[in-house]
Amino acid sequence: MSISIDRNRCTGCGACNRVCPGNLLALDAEGRAKSRSPRDCWGCTACLKACRFGAIAYFLGADMGGRGTTLSVASTETEHAWTFTRADGGTRTIVIDRRTANNY
Amino acid sequence: MERIVIDTDVLIIGGGTAGCFAARTLGAREDLRVTVVDKAAIERSGCLAAGVNAINAYITRGRTPEFYADYAMDDANGIARYDLLISMSERLNRCAEALEDEGLVFLKDAEGRYAERGTRNVKINGENIKPLLARAARRQPNVRVVERVNVTDLLVAGNRVYGACGFGVEDGAAYVLRARAVIVATGGAAGLYRPNNPGFSRHKMWYAPFNTGAGYAMGIRAGAEMTSFEMRFIALRCKDTIAPTGTIAQGAHAKQVNAAGEVYETAYGLRTSERVWGTVEENRAGRGPCYLRTRGIGAAAEEDLYRAYLNMAPAQTLKWVEAGAGPDARDVEIEGTEPYVVGGHTASGYWVDVHRATTVAGLFAAGDVAGGAPQKYVTGALAEGEIAAESAAAFLDAHPAGAVPAAVEDQAEAIVAGYAAHLGVTTSRAPVVTEQVEEAMQKVMDEYAGGISTGYRYNARQLERADEEIRSLAPLVDRLRARTPFELLAIYELRERLTVCRVLIAHMAARKETRWHAFAERTDYPEARPEFEAYVNSRLEDGDIRIVLRDLVGKGECLEHLDR
Ligand SMILES: Cc1cc2nc3c(=O)[nH]c(=O)nc-3n(C[C@H](O)[C@H](O)[C@H](O)COP(=O)(O)OP(=O)(O)OC[C@H]3O[C@@H](n4cnc5c(N)ncnc54)[C@H](O)[C@@H]3O)c2cc1C
Ligand code: SF4
Ligand code: SF4
Repeated sequence: MSISIDRNRCTGCGACNRVCPGNLLALDAEGRAKSRSPRDCWGCTACLKACRFGAIAYFLGADMGGRGTTLSVASTETEHAWTFTRADGGTRTIVIDRRTANNY
Repeated sequence: MERIVIDTDVLIIGGGTAGCFAARTLGAREDLRVTVVDKAAIERSGCLAAGVNAINAYITRGRTPEFYADYAMDDANGIARYDLLISMSERLNRCAEALEDEGLVFLKDAEGRYAERGTRNVKINGENIKPLLARAARRQPNVRVVERVNVTDLLVAGNRVYGACGFGVEDGAAYVLRARAVIVATGGAAGLYRPNNPGFSRHKMWYAPFNTGAGYAMGIRAGAEMTSFEMRFIALRCKDTIAPTGTIAQGAHAKQVNAAGEVYETAYGLRTSERVWGTVEENRAGRGPCYLRTRGIGAAAEEDLYRAYLNMAPAQTLKWVEAGAGPDARDVEIEGTEPYVVGGHTASGYWVDVHRATTVAGLFAAGDVAGGAPQKYVTGALAEGEIAAESAAAFLDAHPAGAVPAAVEDQAEAIVAGYAAHLGVTTSRAPVVTEQVEEAMQKVMDEYAGGISTGYRYNARQLERADEEIRSLAPLVDRLRARTPFELLAIYELRERLTVCRVLIAHMAARKETRWHAFAERTDYPEARPEFEAYVNSRLEDGDIRIVLRDLVGKGECLEHLDR
């Protein structure tokens, strides 16, 4: 389980660095976000939600069933729009209204 | 090393669930300076990072705090503290309402009451629970939040606490935090045993991998009494993603079935530990894999589950989408996790009195780090945070500021020198690195102290081997070197885990019975024994772990550390 950072989208704003509960993210010499230790990611998605530039995607390691699909999220005050992008390019989006509770 | 000294009245170590709520509570005491220190940023630190699924501890309509306490007592097979459970249960609903006041979304029924799930839960959208709690702590004018400072040791002299020391994970500075009272709220300990996914996804575990048992370890070293470490917590979770199963089991009423589709849960019992044990036994008997029977729940229910998991454990929804088959098409495979030491689920942790005072004067404990009160969950951690805050304030009122013994300053010097030593340059190339020692520790615990690979089972001889091996790893830690503060963090996390492992092994060896299947499954004592209807407690004295059995605190009784 880990995250991947799109260096072309990353602006170096540091928001992800400030939110990771494991202090895993840092800015590299070129001012882009980088994980200090990809194997130590808990997969909490805090950094995805914090990144306003959509630069971070999340994937399952192959050891836990990952087969190339990534998950990203666009967050606003009122919703989280989660997008799954499959290895073949197919996508699916689930929008969650943050003001509604789980039915379960 | 740069040195930063902070003076405060109440120091809260760990700005998680209990810590943030303790800070919120102390906001009412404008005369006190309060400092919250956390190893990470409190917006998403600790257990609540991804969100939670439901409020798992709530007194539902027509039920009483006694109902909840009785449930928790039974689930722990009698080894829990009724006084702690009652004082917690009485506050659960007010804590839930406080969460709503802070902005948490609750599902309501037609009459505007919280929608219940089963007999002890209410339904919410728990995705943003941690940012809301962090905001509540920060809002208090008398509360200062110090983030990304890893606390390693308490400052204690004459069995009284005077503060703590830590180092900046980002700035690399040494922090000396002087305080008149301290609340420890660092959560439980993960990463002691080899995890379900030992390779690339090693941190894809259930419990927060960044809660490494620091609070236990600093208390142990300071001579605080600990209880019930041997009551390990093993969670029954979705295979691979280690996502919670309660949503499916309670929300979708899915039963546990074996590979033949037979419902097996009733054959083993419905206690938390028995649900794990049954799954292990079915696998051992060749009837695995085991599942939660979800097939045919329907497209609408599946969609609800996708959403519910995105709000707390997105990996599970990703796994379903990735596989191209959700819970409507396929049953959800389940497995037990590696064991954790977590006082919010079982009873492991500081031996506290009803005011959440530890056995060290001025030191209070709340949440997963505090023992005796299992089934705390979020609202129980909040309740304990509130009680600890009130008790710390009362302690300060009763003990006006006095002189700090000189020994405290020397202690701080020695601790800070320890950080610097790890950051010093090595002369020879070190063959041992932190990660190796961590893996060695996890292997020992897995193989000799009842990890996943032995079906959680162990005997006295294996525990002796575990103890020997863990002791031989401890001296290696002093020689580990760090190039950055982040590497220094890994060294101290390892040190904490090794300390917790030693105490855990001593507790497991002391309870010569099987009181809880899976959680403490002894092959040499497979039954419960009446002489162990007692708490197994411990204290570190002159480098040795002294075990004492303490009498149960029964209904109507109440433990107070009268020497406070
Ligand atoms: C994945 C998961 C899902 C859960 N789901 C639910 C649910 O749906 N419903 C429910 O009611 N309960 C749930 N729980 C249980 C509940 O979240 C916990 O019992 C509760 O949050 C524990 O609170 P705490 O304050 O003890 O620990 P935490 O909230 O984890 O806080 C501990 C804090 O201490 C900090 N810390 C640790 N070490 C140090 C150090 N050395 N120095 C400084 N700071 C440090 C951490 O960064 C963290 O901020 C869940 C738990 C987990 C792990
Ligand atoms: S939050 Fe996004 S843009 Fe900002 S540093 Fe992190 S990855 Fe880059
Ligand atoms: S998913 Fe969570 S643990 Fe992993 S890098 Fe992002 S914030 Fe850190």
